[in-house]
Amino acid sequence: MGKVEILHALDLRLPAGRWTAVVGPNGAGKSTLLRVLAGLLPTAGTVTLHGRDLRDWPARERARQLAWLGQGEPGAEDLSAYDVALLGRLPHRAWLAPPTEADHAAARQALQATQVWDLRARRLGDLSGGERQRVLLARALAVQAPVLLMDEPLAHLDPPHQADWLAVVRRLVAAGGTVVSVLHELGVALHADELLIVRDGAIAHHGPCASPDTHRALQAAFDERIRVLPVQGSWVALPQEEPIHADRDTPH
Amino acid sequence: MTRAPWLALALLLLACLALAVGVSVGSTGFDSLRHALQDPVARQIVAEIRLPRTLGAWLTGALLGLGGAVAQGLFRNPLADPFLLGSASGAMLAVAVALAWWGAPAAAAALVPRLGLTGAAFVGALGGVMLTLLLAQGVQHTLRLLLAGVVVGHVLGAVKDLVTLAAPEVLAAMVAFMLGNTSLIGWQACGVMAAVLLPALALAWALARVLDGLSLGEATAHSLGLPLAPMRAALVSVLALATGAAVAQAGLVGFVGLAAPHLVRSLARLTHGPLVVLSALMGGLLLAVADIVARVLIAPQELPVGVLTAVLGGTYLLWLMYRRTRGGGGR
Repeated sequence: MGKVEILHALDLRLPAGRWTAVVGPNGAGKSTLLRVLAGLLPTAGTVTLHGRDLRDWPARERARQLAWLGQGEPGAEDLSAYDVALLGRLPHRAWLAPPTEADHAAARQALQATQVWDLRARRLGDLSGGERQRVLLARALAVQAPVLLMDEPLAHLDPPHQADWLAVVRRLVAAGGTVVSVLHELGVALHADELLIVRDGAIAHHGPCASPDTHRALQAAFDERIRVLPVQGSWVALPQEEPIHADRDTPH
Repeated sequence: MTRAPWLALALLLLACLALAVGVSVGSTGFDSLRHALQDPVARQIVAEIRLPRTLGAWLTGALLGLGGAVAQGLFRNPLADPFLLGSASGAMLAVAVALAWWGAPAAAAALVPRLGLTGAAFVGALGGVMLTLLLAQGVQHTLRLLLAGVVVGHVLGAVKDLVTLAAPEVLAAMVAFMLGNTSLIGWQACGVMAAVLLPALALAWALARVLDGLSLGEATAHSLGLPLAPMRAALVSVLALATGAAVAQAGLVGFVGLAAPHLVRSLARLTHGPLVVLSALMGGLLLAVADIVARVLIAPQELPVGVLTAVLGGTYLLWLMYRRTRGGGGR
């Protein structure tokens, strides 16, 4: 099969200890970018983690540094929520060794952080979409990696649980963690420290969320079909039925 | 999680019970067991026929149950079958070619061609898997592997049909093989299957965490630092060896490999470590019981055990689908 270049001319530094939200229109290459950062896709260039080429990291060591939460992860229907969370400890466990106290503690903390501790004995296949998503987030949190990459982690989450997710991310970042998340929910993405706007397989803009430049770039990336507005100290993005033009109020 | 050891114990005890019933049941009835100590013929019936065939049925079932659990984990598909990688069609083709070559069916009854057939089935099963791997260009892509297995199954099946068309006299012997039969399993076959089962089970258990990781998708498994390529190759070897050994000794015994892991999962929520072990125990029990039922159902005639497992397994599968569709609305 032929190879298709999805991303091009990428030169990007993601600062440690910050939350970067990756946004952009459908098909822009956001998920591909995240998969490249996780070392899941081949690239012509290099991705470095703590200054070292990702391909040079031993697999388990890399796994302890870099946790991943994919989009709509399939399967594991028959595992209990607890066993799923415990899978996040695999990079920490010696081969054939049973989980240690620390592993159980990490799984418990993660399940409590995402409010699914009470569901721990249930089959993953029996949970609702939102509950399942929170168990999978707990699995990624249980890795306790300093860097966490998440592809559309808010899928299936209702607004209160989106707010809970936001709190989890804030805690991680406050503790020195680095979070990179692909988000469709621009209202949530605008809470991030930095916004990475991807369009047509390239980086259209990378800057602080609060900056007017970033807001303008965001509006442009969506063909001026959204408008970023301040609401009670934070920002929201509202969809527009018609593109916003400077002269739109001018009568014809 | 704590249920697994009890379940294992129960399955082992039931297997012992099945073994006890298995040596008591046959065309000469319970008398053979009663006179086994005095009568050399009765002793031979019990020790050389009933005991190895019952144990052989258990071992065949255990191999298929293990293969089923590995296949379902590897392909992340609860309907995956241990014969999915072309081992069944490979074995059938090899047996058809061997029979045509020796001019069976008269010769097939003799010992040497019988061993030759077993060997041919084993080589054929492994050959079928190899061809699938070749077509799929390795074990990297699960979907490609699955598709290649289906293609190989159809192509080798068609070649087997051509062979049987060219040599129609092998058809009767082929049918016996295709229906699955435990009646000819002797101590040697038991030895071969046990020699495959133990290392295959140990390897599958050691690699179970890869199956656990894979259940969350390939990307997540990779992100957890699992070296997927070599481990997948090892799991495919387990699958090929287990099904190859089973199909070579007992022919095509369907549905045990599919049903055993499902039965285990319906009894307990398990990670793949205990699941592969318990699926082997469950598969063994299923086939040992099916073997007994096949002997008594239309006694003194015998049903091919494969027919029985297909009927029972097929019914179970229909029930499973019914239950899933009925309970699946909320999922």
